[in-house]
Amino acid sequence: MGRSMNDTEKPTTDNCCKTDRRGWFDWISWLVLGFASILLSLPIIGYLFGSVIWKKKDQWVPLGKVSAFKPGTTEMVTIKNPVRGPWDGITGELALYVRHLPEGEAKEFQVFSLHCTHLGCPVSWFDEPGLFLCPCHGSVFYSDGGYAAGPAPRGLYEMKYKIEGENLLALVGHLPTLQDPGSANVMASQT
Amino acid sequence: MLRGIQNVLMWFEHRLVLRETFWPIVRHPVPRSLRRKVGWMYVLGSTAMTLLFLQVATGIALSMVYVPSAGEAYESLNYLNFQVPLGWMLRAIHNWSATMMLVIVVLHMAQVFLSGAYKYPRELTWMLGVILFFCTVGMAFTGQVLRWDADSYWGLGVGAAMIGRIPYIGPALVDLMMGGPMLGGETLSRFFALHVYIIPGILFATLGAHLYLVVRKGISEPPEQGKEVNPDTYEEEYEKLIADGAGDPFFPGPMARDAFFIGFTLLFVLALAVFLGPDGPGLAPDPANVAAEPVPDWYFLSLFAVLALSPRSLETYIILIGPVLIVAVMLMLPLWAGRGERHPYRRPVAILSVIFISLGTGVLTWLGYTEPWSPHMNAWTGNAVPVNIVKRLSPTEMQGAVVLQLKACRNCHALDGIGGHRGPDLTNVGSRLDRPTLVRQVVQGGGNMPAYGKQLTGAQITALVDFLHACRPENRPPAVVPTPGSANATKKMGGNDSS
Repeated sequence: MGRSMNDTEKPTTDNCCKTDRRGWFDWISWLVLGFASILLSLPIIGYLFGSVIWKKKDQWVPLGKVSAFKPGTTEMVTIKNPVRGPWDGITGELALYVRHLPEGEAKEFQVFSLHCTHLGCPVSWFDEPGLFLCPCHGSVFYSDGGYAAGPAPRGLYEMKYKIEGENLLALVGHLPTLQDPGSANVMASQT
Repeated sequence: MLRGIQNVLMWFEHRLVLRETFWPIVRHPVPRSLRRKVGWMYVLGSTAMTLLFLQVATGIALSMVYVPSAGEAYESLNYLNFQVPLGWMLRAIHNWSATMMLVIVVLHMAQVFLSGAYKYPRELTWMLGVILFFCTVGMAFTGQVLRWDADSYWGLGVGAAMIGRIPYIGPALVDLMMGGPMLGGETLSRFFALHVYIIPGILFATLGAHLYLVVRKGISEPPEQGKEVNPDTYEEEYEKLIADGAGDPFFPGPMARDAFFIGFTLLFVLALAVFLGPDGPGLAPDPANVAAEPVPDWYFLSLFAVLALSPRSLETYIILIGPVLIVAVMLMLPLWAGRGERHPYRRPVAILSVIFISLGTGVLTWLGYTEPWSPHMNAWTGNAVPVNIVKRLSPTEMQGAVVLQLKACRNCHALDGIGGHRGPDLTNVGSRLDRPTLVRQVVQGGGNMPAYGKQLTGAQITALVDFLHACRPENRPPAVVPTPGSANATKKMGGNDSS
């Protein structure tokens, strides 16, 4: 109490040092607040950007028995998405088109995403003409996923597959987009 | 008794001092020329604000039942529609009030633009208004996501595909938007937070600043021809319009006009809600249901059309640069044209822009509504070959008609106007293309049509081309393409059908 009165009452010779000390304390105060704010914001930012920083990886998921797919056919398979959340409900499902190539082709299967490469609408498979048609803006793809017509910039997104024993597995999970395509990462035939 | 009430009121007034703060705000003077009919132009802003309050009230009410969980949202909306007493009504009011709010906000903007009210010294008021407009659009989009039906689900997919095109950071932004690698529970929760906390927060903060400026800078006087805005003298002249009793206090006079229009609008919203009911939910958000043909809500139909119609090579640029340009032009408008004439009769470019923008948006919205570019997924089995065509066909040509149906050609091609409209109507194709051209088109495709060469046998191609060749009005000769140098080119043009 007495000291503070001194501070205000008499401008002593060590005034310079006292203001220096006060200035230093001011600095420290702001520094403490700044440091605390930055430190505190780290977990908050990390939480908000968690889905980007710690992205869930695609996983191998069985699509069914190899014998269940007839050579020369394309059909839709619905599985549980391996990266789904506990309360995703029906949206936790994942639909894929599985094409069993006719015998004698270089590879046995092709696994396509339903998402049109134009803007992600679900393409429909038409068996007779052997085409995938998109209902939104009318993009068309051939049975091998290649671009046929419409505004799409490339062929369908394709997933990696492997055969383990009797089962056909595909590497799936994330929503394919132009710069983050399906796991097979194959640019299907472009025009 | 009366004295007691007065004492209580004075007790509050002594502490709140509203007579010095709030009262002058509601009594802020507005130019006397607003007494004329033109004063009706000034009711739109407060109407939009009232609808916003209605949205908050109905939104809070809906949140008491709605479950923002991907597994249950759809069900909770159906529960609201069919089980909760008046739940359908609240959903309907929320939907139609949102629709009306968008309409009123756009009209408000057009009115402010046409009357030059955004000019000095109200540039910042306009810019904040632009932010309010985009907040309103953001609320509309996020609100549509909360409906969590097939349209919302695939609408989000479209949003993700668009964001995914941004160079370098696109994929990261997609994951940020979805809250994970795929659309699901965390996506819905994110959009719930956006719709209920984040965008409304920005909206109300901006609205506060917008209103502060409206009161602080005063309502713009109705424009007069030949009277230019000059920043050096404007404020002095405006002061003369409102100072020392020259203006009218906003309350009660001009405010009554707002009250009437707001009341009328609310009745209209109520009528829409009662007679048209709530919007959806439509089909369940089933990722495997390809029968879903996603269409955006009406205010995005024009964008939907732009995305279908833009040239492939330019599309990414249109998606990524277009919105930035639109926002920039809207924000910067008052800095670029912040002085000079205000009256629309002296600003033909302003009038033309409004006409051009509304016509453009209108036409695109109509196109988005009819979506002629979309294949009709059920046409191949649902739409028969018209009888008047069938009855004049030979057996081979009839086989061709079967091929046409089976190969889903009808999904994109109409006969007698029925079927898809992605490709040309084939009713009279025989009088436009000759046989070799038809064969080439079917086998090789081209001009936005897939090649069918691998999918058709030789016999099928012959039958199909025979059928297409016969598709022409009776007595009309088949098309013949004259080949340069061919001796019989002119003769064939004469109309001898060799088939």
